[in-house]
Amino acid sequence: MTWIQRWLPHPLFAGFLLLLWLLMNAFSFAHLLLGSALAVVISRVTQPFWPERSRIKYPGKLMLYLGRLLVDILKSNLIVARRILFHSRQLQPGFFTYPLTLTDDFAVTMLASTISLTPGTVSAHYDREGRTLLIHCLHLEDEAALIRDIHSRYELPLKEIFDD
Amino acid sequence: MTPSSMPFLLELLISLLLVTGALFALIGSIGLARLQDFFMRLHGPTKASTLGLGCLLIGSLLYFSFQKGTVSVHEAIVTVFLFATAPVSAHMMAKAALFRGVGKGGPSRNYPEN
Repeated sequence: MTWIQRWLPHPLFAGFLLLLWLLMNAFSFAHLLLGSALAVVISRVTQPFWPERSRIKYPGKLMLYLGRLLVDILKSNLIVARRILFHSRQLQPGFFTYPLTLTDDFAVTMLASTISLTPGTVSAHYDREGRTLLIHCLHLEDEAALIRDIHSRYELPLKEIFDD
Repeated sequence: MTPSSMPFLLELLISLLLVTGALFALIGSIGLARLQDFFMRLHGPTKASTLGLGCLLIGSLLYFSFQKGTVSVHEAIVTVFLFATAPVSAHMMAKAALFRGVGKGGPSRNYPEN
């Protein structure tokens, strides 16, 4: 282990922290120093909590994915809003389990967050042994179609991005 | 610079964003009051309020960017954190509820056994 790896175990994370610090405060040399110190200390202290390193293989595709996610969030908001206002008594909520094919921890986290942010679904439990996600759906009609949707729309792109 | 020296269109856009944002926050709260069980109520805060707060923040971003003459990034950072943390808190609440058996025998079908 070289000294740079020991002091900066997560260079991207440290860089992100520094950038965040500078954006939150006005840029000055003092803040640059303070931000750098914080970035190094925080990324070292939190190192034990990090899972094994995830590899983002295609950052461009990740941006595309996030863009599409933003559009889906807008749509899901409208759908949920309409259901709350006009159909709140006819809803048929239910749970279903989603079989995961992703293995990377960070990719699974991304998928679970995506599911929680999009139309009428919240991820409720991650079964590490069985490799399934338990999902609660506000209005569960066609389970198989929903699973197929999540698989092709979110899981496959994530698989590609993280080369999992 | 006073707010009244803003171009009308910008003012209109900001007002629209504020009203839309407030509307979605209201719908989220109505959802909390009207939906029947815990897991259904969980859908309100993760979605309706996210968009509501998103609209408010974009409005605030435009307003302060125009007033100061520089891009105001605080709101953008708040938005990023909001979208990153809302699903995590929803997930933790759902986990805790499952663990305690909240909503068992309620309207949600296929309630997990263990």
